[in-house]
Amino acid sequence: MQDVLRFITCGSVDDGKSTLIGRLLWESKQVFEDHLSALERDSTRYGTQGDAIDFALLVDGLQSEREQSITIDVAYRFFATPRRRFIVADTPGHEQYTRNMATGASTSELAVLVVNAGKGLMVQTHRHARIVSLLGIRHLVMAINKMDLVEWDEEVFEKIVEEFRPVAHQLGFQSFQPIPVSALNGDNITERSEAAPWYKGPALLRYLEEVDATTDVPDLKFRMAVQLVNRPTHDFRGYCGRIASGAAKPGDRVRVVPGGQETKIRSIVGWQKELPSAAAGESITLCLADEVDVSRGSVLVSAADPVDLSDQFEARVICLSGHHLVAGRSYLMNLHTSQAVATITAIKHRVDVRTGSHEAARALEMNDIGVVNLSTDRPVPFEPYERCRRLGSFILVDRITNETVGAGMIDFSLRRAANIHWQHVDIDKQARARQKLQQPVCLWFTGLSASGKSTIANLLEKRLFAAGKHTYMLDGDNVRHGLNRDLGFTEADRAENIRRVTEVAKLLVDAGLVTIVSFISPYRAERELARSRFEAGEFIEVFVDTPLAICEQRDPKGLYAKARRGELRNFTGIDSGYEPPVAPEIHLHTDSESVEQCVDRILHFLEQGIREKGKEQ
Amino acid sequence: MSGYLASLEAESIEILREAVALAEKPVMMYSIGKDSSVMLHLARKAFWPAPPPFPLLHVDTTWKFREMIEFRNRIARECGMKLLVHTNHKRKAEGVNPFTYDSDTYTGLMKTEALKQALDEGQFDLIIGGARRDEEKSRAKERIFSFRSPGHRWDPKLQRPELWNIYNARIHPGESIRVFPLSNWTEADIWQYIADENIEIVKLYFAAMRPVVRRSNQWIMVDDERMPLDPGEVPEMRMVRFRTLGCYPLTAAIESTATTIAEIVEETQTARTSERQGRLIDHDQAGSMEKKKVEGYF
Ligand SMILES: Nc1nc2c(ncn2[C@@H]2O[C@H](COP(=O)(O)OP(=O)(O)OP(=O)(O)O)[C@@H](O)[C@H]2O)c(=O)[nH]1
Ligand SMILES: [Mg+2]
Repeated sequence: MQDVLRFITCGSVDDGKSTLIGRLLWESKQVFEDHLSALERDSTRYGTQGDAIDFALLVDGLQSEREQSITIDVAYRFFATPRRRFIVADTPGHEQYTRNMATGASTSELAVLVVNAGKGLMVQTHRHARIVSLLGIRHLVMAINKMDLVEWDEEVFEKIVEEFRPVAHQLGFQSFQPIPVSALNGDNITERSEAAPWYKGPALLRYLEEVDATTDVPDLKFRMAVQLVNRPTHDFRGYCGRIASGAAKPGDRVRVVPGGQETKIRSIVGWQKELPSAAAGESITLCLADEVDVSRGSVLVSAADPVDLSDQFEARVICLSGHHLVAGRSYLMNLHTSQAVATITAIKHRVDVRTGSHEAARALEMNDIGVVNLSTDRPVPFEPYERCRRLGSFILVDRITNETVGAGMIDFSLRRAANIHWQHVDIDKQARARQKLQQPVCLWFTGLSASGKSTIANLLEKRLFAAGKHTYMLDGDNVRHGLNRDLGFTEADRAENIRRVTEVAKLLVDAGLVTIVSFISPYRAERELARSRFEAGEFIEVFVDTPLAICEQRDPKGLYAKARRGELRNFTGIDSGYEPPVAPEIHLHTDSESVEQCVDRILHFLEQGIREKGKEQ
Repeated sequence: MSGYLASLEAESIEILREAVALAEKPVMMYSIGKDSSVMLHLARKAFWPAPPPFPLLHVDTTWKFREMIEFRNRIARECGMKLLVHTNHKRKAEGVNPFTYDSDTYTGLMKTEALKQALDEGQFDLIIGGARRDEEKSRAKERIFSFRSPGHRWDPKLQRPELWNIYNARIHPGESIRVFPLSNWTEADIWQYIADENIEIVKLYFAAMRPVVRRSNQWIMVDDERMPLDPGEVPEMRMVRFRTLGCYPLTAAIESTATTIAEIVEETQTARTSERQGRLIDHDQAGSMEKKKVEGYF
């Protein structure tokens, strides 16, 4: 029997989860005297039970939790009975803090789903049951609480159990134990209570002591993701990691993924000595017989049973933040010890947490569960989550805010990257673009000085960057000071300036980048010349149309004033002409549209273009 | 070692390695106590045969037990790691001390402010500490990788979700991450591990005859001549030991006869008060630990 059980309490807000844990700690005599006297003081001050002890305050450890009488973040508590040790995560029921519930659930083997007898099953009850099942917990206790409020009515209990039983079945729990309790009064917590003579099952703690909460996992051979390479001296090179499955011993043949090289384990380095063998769950350092290419993120696997490598996955994800998960957007993906850039290529469906049915969705909002397709910027080694949690679970991190915005579980690979990436490819514009998961284009901004080109271009670049696009911006600042340092403002020099910028932009597009050019570029002929250097559809002329009067009014650098005073010659709009584009791809009116609106329009145009391109192929 | 302790050890080693892999400039807090001793031992195991690839940082209030300082210097030498010691000299010069200042102000300046000075000076982006979740109710809420905003502030409502063994240590300049490899250890686990691994700890943890005075129902050790005695107060010799170590005027001893690790293990298993009972600073007000943590305290 397991000597430790890791479990969570979950369920809808206020149903009594924290009270239940407080009660368990107290009843198993795990509360120190100084904590108990603090509890008595706190109960009078913050408690919801008059002067009586409010057991929830034993676990609701944050000031704001005590003031609001709700749980906000997960609390980890440790207690033991003579039979077993327990690590319990008390999680919040409030929908807003579902991410904290998922945090607690990810490392648990069993869930105690608390239900308020008086209210029955709530949406959060269903959501939590689903998340728990999604994360692979296969053992569920349903603690139907506050039985004191329904006079221990057996019918109330049975009705809730019968309503939930099909759901428990659908969610694939291997064990399901309903128990009627009153956390407040301590009934059926450690001992069977007199209050419910009709209940013949075990009390909660007795059940937790006995239950076999193991889950069947396939018997996989050796797998270990490398955390770091330990190289203190030139003659020692050890690969550090925690064994995800199987066992290892010196002499075993292993393969490096990605890479595919095979070698043998030379030794397993333990503390001050070598180890004869090591098993799943151990943190070790491995030395290999040959020099192979291994770095953080590589997975060392048994050569007899290697893992797959892929850059296309189907996965189940939970959205953990207020920033929706959207198709087309890219994130940093931390999968075991490897990191890749992952783009959500499609949202296949969203799961209705109540019924489990699939709904079409364009985005996953906070707390949504859905199935998505992901594409990574390079092939990564993995196992489906069902086979191996350590190699199949990942988080998605926003590249700008660094927030953890999603958690996911790989179901399967959509193709084998190995075949694609090992064959010989010509590295051309298409190949570079495919690697970056984008369509390279040249966005050519033209407009008067102070019309808003740079402001719009800058925000556009930020938004593209956040969406995982690879971009580069060419403007007066970075071109005039270097490449075109030798050029002035005569007509001939201006023409040469634009010619060079055009050629650089063409190289950048060839490199696969979304290239943003931001120059006044007043002459139609030059812009048409630039266009002619690109392939059809690659050159997108963006006319930033702002009336001269407004530009002159804005005049952020005081240039118009200078030009008017005659201190500046050849100034576009004053003593030099501007020829507006005849048919620009995008025509922005900054006097009636905000910067954000302008950028949205450009992004929309780009998306549209990509979709059409997709249809052609 | 029991299977359970072995799995705690493996988890802590994994965390320490992640910390090093994900940080630019990590540092480990070293407070000389039993938890620091265990953490240091785990770090040595994690990176063996190399020494741990980060320095140790001790925030020295100058009011630590003398034995602790001797122990610290010796251990740092033995494990071949760089030891950084930081004291808030400005406040020290202003005369801040644990006797005439209330413990809140004293801790705020000599520990929290000092810690922030040291971290800013060293430009550390990831700070490894030995706090455990079982110590205190706000610590029970801590992540293993805990995010700190600029100014080292902890916002318990803004912690990142932390699923499985995957940690997000990405930060912007000025922000930092605190890492707690001992999160899931209990006091009893720590002692059992010290026994199993034969880890050397400061002798103050073992019972011995020591000079103490009785103040607000607690035994305070008179460690040096800087401790002002009340009129009529005479130190007496008692068989005492410490469950936790800090600044001697603020850390109470317990009466005990436990002189071996085995006896200590037995004593902690039957203890009826928490180890932090002996920490005078934790009692100042409800939620005081949380408040200190928010301000940047470990
Ligand atoms: N009558 C009665 N009240 C209970 C029982 N269990 C809990 N309560 C009360 O229900 C309220 C909410 O209890 P909590 O334990 O804070 O609920 P929770 O599920 O932890 O709430 P969140 O964590 O915020 O989702 C408190 O006022 C409790 O005292 C019970 O068995 N009977
Ligand atoms: Mg709660």
